[in-house]
Amino acid sequence: MATQEHKSPQRRDADPADDAPEPAPATAPAKQELDSDIDSVLDEIDGVLESNSEEFVRGFVQKGGQ
Amino acid sequence: MTVRRVMGIETEYGISVPGDPTANPMVLSGRVVTAYATQQGMRAARAGWDYEDEAPLRDARGFDMARAIADPSQLTDEEDPTLANVVLTNGARLYVDHAHPEYSSPEVTTPRAAITWDRAGELVMREAVGLLAAPGAPGVNLYKNNTDGKGASYGTHENYLMSRATPFADVVRHLIPFFVARQVMCGSGRVGIGVESTRPGFQLAQRSDFFEVEVGLETTLKRPIINTRDEPHAVAERYRRLHVIIGDANHSDVSNLLKLGTTSLVLGMIEAGAITQDLTVDKPVESLHRLSHDPTLKATIEVAGRRTMTGVQLLWSYYELADAWLQQLYGGELDPDTAEVMQRWEQVLTTLERDPMDAAREVDWVTKLQALEGFRARDGLEWSDPRLKAIDIQWSDVRADKGLFNRLLAAGRVDQLVDDETVRAAVTAPPEDTRAYFRGTCLARFPHEVAAASWDSVIFDVSSQPSLQRVPTLEPERGTKSHVGGLLEQADTADELLRLLAQDTPAGA
Repeated sequence: MATQEHKSPQRRDADPADDAPEPAPATAPAKQELDSDIDSVLDEIDGVLESNSEEFVRGFVQKGGQ
Repeated sequence: MTVRRVMGIETEYGISVPGDPTANPMVLSGRVVTAYATQQGMRAARAGWDYEDEAPLRDARGFDMARAIADPSQLTDEEDPTLANVVLTNGARLYVDHAHPEYSSPEVTTPRAAITWDRAGELVMREAVGLLAAPGAPGVNLYKNNTDGKGASYGTHENYLMSRATPFADVVRHLIPFFVARQVMCGSGRVGIGVESTRPGFQLAQRSDFFEVEVGLETTLKRPIINTRDEPHAVAERYRRLHVIIGDANHSDVSNLLKLGTTSLVLGMIEAGAITQDLTVDKPVESLHRLSHDPTLKATIEVAGRRTMTGVQLLWSYYELADAWLQQLYGGELDPDTAEVMQRWEQVLTTLERDPMDAAREVDWVTKLQALEGFRARDGLEWSDPRLKAIDIQWSDVRADKGLFNRLLAAGRVDQLVDDETVRAAVTAPPEDTRAYFRGTCLARFPHEVAAASWDSVIFDVSSQPSLQRVPTLEPERGTKSHVGGLLEQADTADELLRLLAQDTPAGA
């Protein structure tokens, strides 16, 4: 079995891998860091997003397919 | 049982001309295919498609639908000369399906290869967009998504080769619950609830609201969770091709790998009779919609008539069964492809269970939702705001500079499993371990002598023969590089190849 990094609470008791120590809970990045992270996503999108959203959305009309 | 099996992905791309919503999508789609084919030095009608073995009305339940009662959109085998159609040197088919350009990947044998040749299709479409973008012309934009949010949906289908011996009823019973829950890991995210987005909001999957019944032959109306099309494109007594129509077009490698990999494992268990639990979901269609409509992943569905489970919990049940079955078969020794899928499967479920938003690097719908929530928070937008709908559409634009997912990928914000170089090579090179190798290499070596091709044949037109020479390729795992690579290398002409094939075992038969 490949390296198992996370354990589910539902894993079978008999699984020897369950003896492995529980991973430390993921350390949440500081809120400030997270905010600036999301900001850079928004900046990336702001830079290329169609300027007239309403018209762009209205113009995207498809015929049904399979 | 491993993740290994013959598989492939077909994707119909959304198509539009900026500023001209009335442009004819069939004509436009034809232009996309022709532009790409021409640039490759191929004529879209030249290396055409061989329709001889197509039977789209053959039902896995054992009967044929009468052509007279079929919707015209189900008659996919009637050749229309106005529709462009080409087989590429990578073994894929590029053509117009209804009103969309479609890329059907070549047959591959692993989930990794499936995402590699699926992404190669994105590059093909991107190239076509570039070719049609003449200065001053509005151009054509293509989108790897599955709905316009206004009531129309178009498909991304998976195909899996299965043993004919497996009763179809077992496939139906064990696969429906899995497909109800699979969107939790593999959905691409959508702004709007309901087929026409009548309710504002966000949901996990592009396609889910378009599914109305549990089992059926249709693909364009009354869409079924399990599609019964029985058109194996292979030796029919031995194989079934399971045609899966419920998935979304994926951008994320991880979601895409899990879609193909976990489905292949569940099919392996069905074939082996290893699904020992009753996971029947009550009211599957309603349950599918309910799970899709809840990005907190707290929504529950009723399983086996006696317990309620979240989508993640139901997927854990399948994971547990696969893990136990693999332990029993192989102990701790898994091949790398299977090990990768199992590891990612466990990681993603663990993350989604902890906090869905922590899966933004791996799961398509989470990546999209995180960005949308960012806009909502920053600019105070309601879910009905056109900017959010615009982001949802532009997310899937195939262009590197305009597609929002592509921007986030380039900025290193999403996990990528297959590097760009490998994908670029797959635009022209076929997989080496299926009959796609023979098909693609014949197209590359003898473009003028291949009169037509299909999944299960290559037809040659050589001057030494009075009639067309049809080489059947009915065994998907023959015609590989190890099988025919030597012959193809040895042959200087198509004529010589046919002579060598006649002496040797035929490529596929």
